[in-house]
Amino acid sequence: MYKYDHYDQAMVDARVEEFRDQARRRLEGKLTEDQFKPLRLQNGLYLQLHAYMLRVAIPYGTLSSMQMHALADIADKYDRGYGHFTTRQNIQYNWIKLEDAADILADLAKVEMHAIQTSGNCIRNISSDQYAGAAADEVVDPRPYAELLRQWSTFHPEFAYLPRKFKIAVIASEKDRAAMRLHDIGINIVKNDAGELGASFYVGGGMGRTPMIAPLIRDFVPLNQMVTYAEACLRVYNRHGRRDNKYKARIKILVHEMGAEEYARQVEEEFAHLLDQGVEPPFAELERIRSFFQPPEFGTGLTEKADRSDPDFALWIDRNCSPHKAPGYVSAAISLKPVGGIPGDATAAQMHLMAELAKGYSFDECRVTHAQNIILPHVEIGRLHELWTKLDEAGLGTANLDNIGDIIACPGLDYCSLANARSIPVSQKISERFASNGKGELLGELKLKISGCINACGHHHAGHIGILGVDRKGTENYQLLLGGSEAEDVSLAKITGPGFNEDGIVDAIETVADLYLERREDGERFLDTYRRLGMDPFKEALYG
Amino acid sequence: MKILTGNDLKTGAVVWWDGSGWSIHITEAADAGEEAEAILATEEAARRVNSAYAIDAEQTENGPRPAHIKDRVRALGPTVRPDLAVPAVKKVGWDWVI
Repeated sequence: MYKYDHYDQAMVDARVEEFRDQARRRLEGKLTEDQFKPLRLQNGLYLQLHAYMLRVAIPYGTLSSMQMHALADIADKYDRGYGHFTTRQNIQYNWIKLEDAADILADLAKVEMHAIQTSGNCIRNISSDQYAGAAADEVVDPRPYAELLRQWSTFHPEFAYLPRKFKIAVIASEKDRAAMRLHDIGINIVKNDAGELGASFYVGGGMGRTPMIAPLIRDFVPLNQMVTYAEACLRVYNRHGRRDNKYKARIKILVHEMGAEEYARQVEEEFAHLLDQGVEPPFAELERIRSFFQPPEFGTGLTEKADRSDPDFALWIDRNCSPHKAPGYVSAAISLKPVGGIPGDATAAQMHLMAELAKGYSFDECRVTHAQNIILPHVEIGRLHELWTKLDEAGLGTANLDNIGDIIACPGLDYCSLANARSIPVSQKISERFASNGKGELLGELKLKISGCINACGHHHAGHIGILGVDRKGTENYQLLLGGSEAEDVSLAKITGPGFNEDGIVDAIETVADLYLERREDGERFLDTYRRLGMDPFKEALYG
Repeated sequence: MKILTGNDLKTGAVVWWDGSGWSIHITEAADAGEEAEAILATEEAARRVNSAYAIDAEQTENGPRPAHIKDRVRALGPTVRPDLAVPAVKKVGWDWVI
């Protein structure tokens, strides 16, 4: 894992003290809320529905056990004993006091964490593949490149006030586990025919009120020019992005309206100009960063088969474990989606346990996924049963990764001041319905995603089944969408028709699931069946 | 009726204007009537409340009920965490939100 050097630590410490002074001045009345708001937002502090909310950055979702312990301690000491892992691999605390906020940032700084640029119209936390450094199918660990981009984008003076917020994801495999093409910039690190590594740049994707899939802007940027190319992409956006209309200010609108070809042309022009300007960090810096991401010392001669005699354990292996590049290892997913639970929430005790398990079973490392789960990236197959037993005893052994119980849900109207409808109760009802009727496991891979408003933090556009909560004359109403995917087969879901009330949407989900079970052909996932059949039979089943 | 709500500056807690100060109990919210904007200006300036605003509500036997669900959720706490609800929930019940 990356370790702060003197400069990193000094910058973060200075920022804590700067914010401490800003918060003090606000509490003393020397700053108005209008003056203070942009300052607190630059430090991840929102004023939400019930209290202040603090969003803490988890760069590319990677945490050490010490950091996870620190997050648990913050939940206990300053919040109400829990935290919420988000769809951008961050964590949010819902009950923060302004008078405590600087102390929390100081506690975070002690474990090399912060909340800088987790809000505002700047480059946000860089997200990545949760299996980075472990995945059998990656061409290289993408995290050193994500870290390089994190350092480039942190406090970048030219990009501190962009037209709108800006999100970057970096992956390095054909399989997309980070919704890469639904980011403002998606970078896929690839290997060319000569065996050289380069970055494919996809620009102008996003969800929100105008969902778009990022087009390929350049298929191969040499890695020693990646930062310069990113700078060029941002410069063209900063120059032409609309600042007159918040709803048209994201880069996806610019790329769409300008046309991907013209946008790419302007980026190339800017790139050519920048190549002589010394934007790219020296190669030695990339090498320094890379040295922190060396693979752990994996054991050899390890068993590659687990004892599957316990059916519950066997199911958990099948559902929650992923292939690893090192023989005898897998990556194990800890589902934060127990039946009827709140997606992404973890208590302080659970966080402490996950930290201990990361230390004991996964070389001191864990990951947060965009699907709001936790990964132990490097687990010996021979120790899986022991691990699963401990997880199961703590209510963390649910075997439901990527099935209908593994629902992505935004905080919705239960917590969020932007939301129009509650997301969590709907997710709980669906999870309970499909656990009790036994269909959850039968359905296989089925990604269901719920947002409580058009901003789409719950990624409803990218769900095999998506649900969008809306306000219909003062009452909650839920639109149903089908056919989305955030993966390498990326697509945007389409609305089925009129919406449903809270109970009606749960019935509607069961209706479309039943149709899939009835009409699926061998090996088809829900998404495959939908794509083969089209919307009509689903509409017919729903509305007659 | 018009009632006033905002957040406590230090703690961020949701608060309601009770006629002379700010209470965490929606059941104690007072009708601000035509004085709403003047009260908001005075209270914000004095830093006794943060990000305050006026909302429509109806008077019920259990006290004021905000017209919009968002403010009803604010009044009691997240509906999915009844263990974190403010005490007013004991008087009005969760059905009051929906």
